[in-house]
Amino acid sequence: MKQLKSIGLWVSLLAVVALGIGPIANRSASLRETTYIIMQVIVLAASLNILLGFTGYVSFGHIVFFGLGGYVGLYLINAQNWPLWSAALAGGLTSGLLAFLLGKAILRLRGAYFALATIGINEAVRAFTNNFDPFGGPIGMTLNFRVYNSYGGAANALWLVYYAVFAIALLAVVLNFMVKNSKFGLGLMAIREDEGAAEVMGVITPNAKTWAFVLSAILPGIVGTLFFFKNGHIEPGDAFRLDYSIEMLVIVMLGGQGSVLGPILGAAGYEGLRNFLLTSPLFKNIQLSVAGALLLVIVLFIPAGAVGWLRRRVPILRKVLA
Amino acid sequence: MTVLLSVQGLTKQFGGLQALTQVTFDLPQGQILGLIGPNGAGKTTLFNVINGVYHPEVGRIIFRDKDVTGTKSYDLAHMGMARTHQIVRPLNELTVRENVMVGACFGRENHNLSKAAGIADEVLEFVGLDSRADQLAGSLNVAQKKRLEMARALAAHPYLLLLDEVLAGLNPSEIDGMIQIVRKIREQGITIIMIEHLMKAVMNISDRIIVLDYGEQIADGTPREIANNPRVIEAYLGNSSLADQLLEEE
Repeated sequence: MKQLKSIGLWVSLLAVVALGIGPIANRSASLRETTYIIMQVIVLAASLNILLGFTGYVSFGHIVFFGLGGYVGLYLINAQNWPLWSAALAGGLTSGLLAFLLGKAILRLRGAYFALATIGINEAVRAFTNNFDPFGGPIGMTLNFRVYNSYGGAANALWLVYYAVFAIALLAVVLNFMVKNSKFGLGLMAIREDEGAAEVMGVITPNAKTWAFVLSAILPGIVGTLFFFKNGHIEPGDAFRLDYSIEMLVIVMLGGQGSVLGPILGAAGYEGLRNFLLTSPLFKNIQLSVAGALLLVIVLFIPAGAVGWLRRRVPILRKVLA
Repeated sequence: MTVLLSVQGLTKQFGGLQALTQVTFDLPQGQILGLIGPNGAGKTTLFNVINGVYHPEVGRIIFRDKDVTGTKSYDLAHMGMARTHQIVRPLNELTVRENVMVGACFGRENHNLSKAAGIADEVLEFVGLDSRADQLAGSLNVAQKKRLEMARALAAHPYLLLLDEVLAGLNPSEIDGMIQIVRKIREQGITIIMIEHLMKAVMNISDRIIVLDYGEQIADGTPREIANNPRVIEAYLGNSSLADQLLEEE
């Protein structure tokens, strides 16, 4: 039983490695950039999965943790001369702290009210950065290019950041697996299924939900710093894109919420689809509409996502797909 | 005899509706207390107040010598109170075993996962659901879901068990099975309050019965006393020969 469960983890980790190894094998910079996005999306989707998939709370504004992490990280690198790695960690912890502070307040809300509150928070933080001078206000911040010299030049820095996001994607998968197979995770899933019943059985729901929210915020904050370091520039419009939040939801639901492999399959599938849509003359202007339609189809016909569907159809896979 | 639960003057209102008025009783350890009364009499509300789902406007609840008025239900669970729901609330997308593990993990004894899995298997065997352990809880039928509710509550190894109509909606043979289970629980020394409409069962199992009507406690006594109480007959039982009949069948 235990061994079979860990097969599920290895399958998921192998899937991430299979997706991420390409650019390292053939040293292609363009492949690296597309794969970077896939890795980043895996981190974001797997993080959201802790809240959406395990706890059953729909966050429409989860990108706020990515954007805030990016801002804090870039500010520390630029204005305080912090090294990238500690800045990224600080970005992640700041996002976690925001989640902790907000958690007890907004996680009292259920269903659509919670979802609306998360959108509100994203917009509020965006408005804050727009007016906060140390963060550059509406113009944002541009990284001093000399910073890259400490990482062996710009080209080398981009590789370093890629390795980092690859490692964090693996970490996100391990984190999902650990949560899912822990007592804490059992409590979260009980909340997802029936919060009132969970409470009566002794799950301290306010605490469990808050920690789930914090866990789902930290890694997005870290990859936020990495992304905007790579990008060299951050501004409110790029950091807090609501459409990214919605894409994350689509990805988690496409792959299968509440499963470890789901966010990986969802990220690979959705990014593949998006690359196709963006390069196709017919769809390039309406790729978001396609995402919306896709969400509708998933919710209506395969609410359990790809992994859930596979588990139902092919019972043998039930033990292998975590 | 030590008093496990003491309810003192509980009053609960919903807007203008007086759901409970001055409900008062002491429950000694090891007793089975039956709670009866017409629909809407406030029985489930009383459970919800004892259980911390609602907080009373007036009155105190003493559980194991501690004042627990206004305590959250998860804290009461840790202190050794467990309940089942009248309308079953299975965690549908979790397996039957996982459902019961939640009770063992987060209840009084606060077990880790592997210990909880062991307890879950024991309890599932006890309620006769062991063959369904790996099935999703959502796929059980109503009778099985009632047993699951019971198993989840028992897995916490509670001191006090609140059973809310565990017999409702079951067929006669399922009812007999469930009554056997309740008796066996009592043998383990667990104190029980049970809400039940099925008079034959409640008269048979209970050591003592409290009758609620419009939120008021209109009678408190042994099954025999209750069956002969004129107010109870008027409010609930209907006629006195029926009450005698119920006792005859013992």
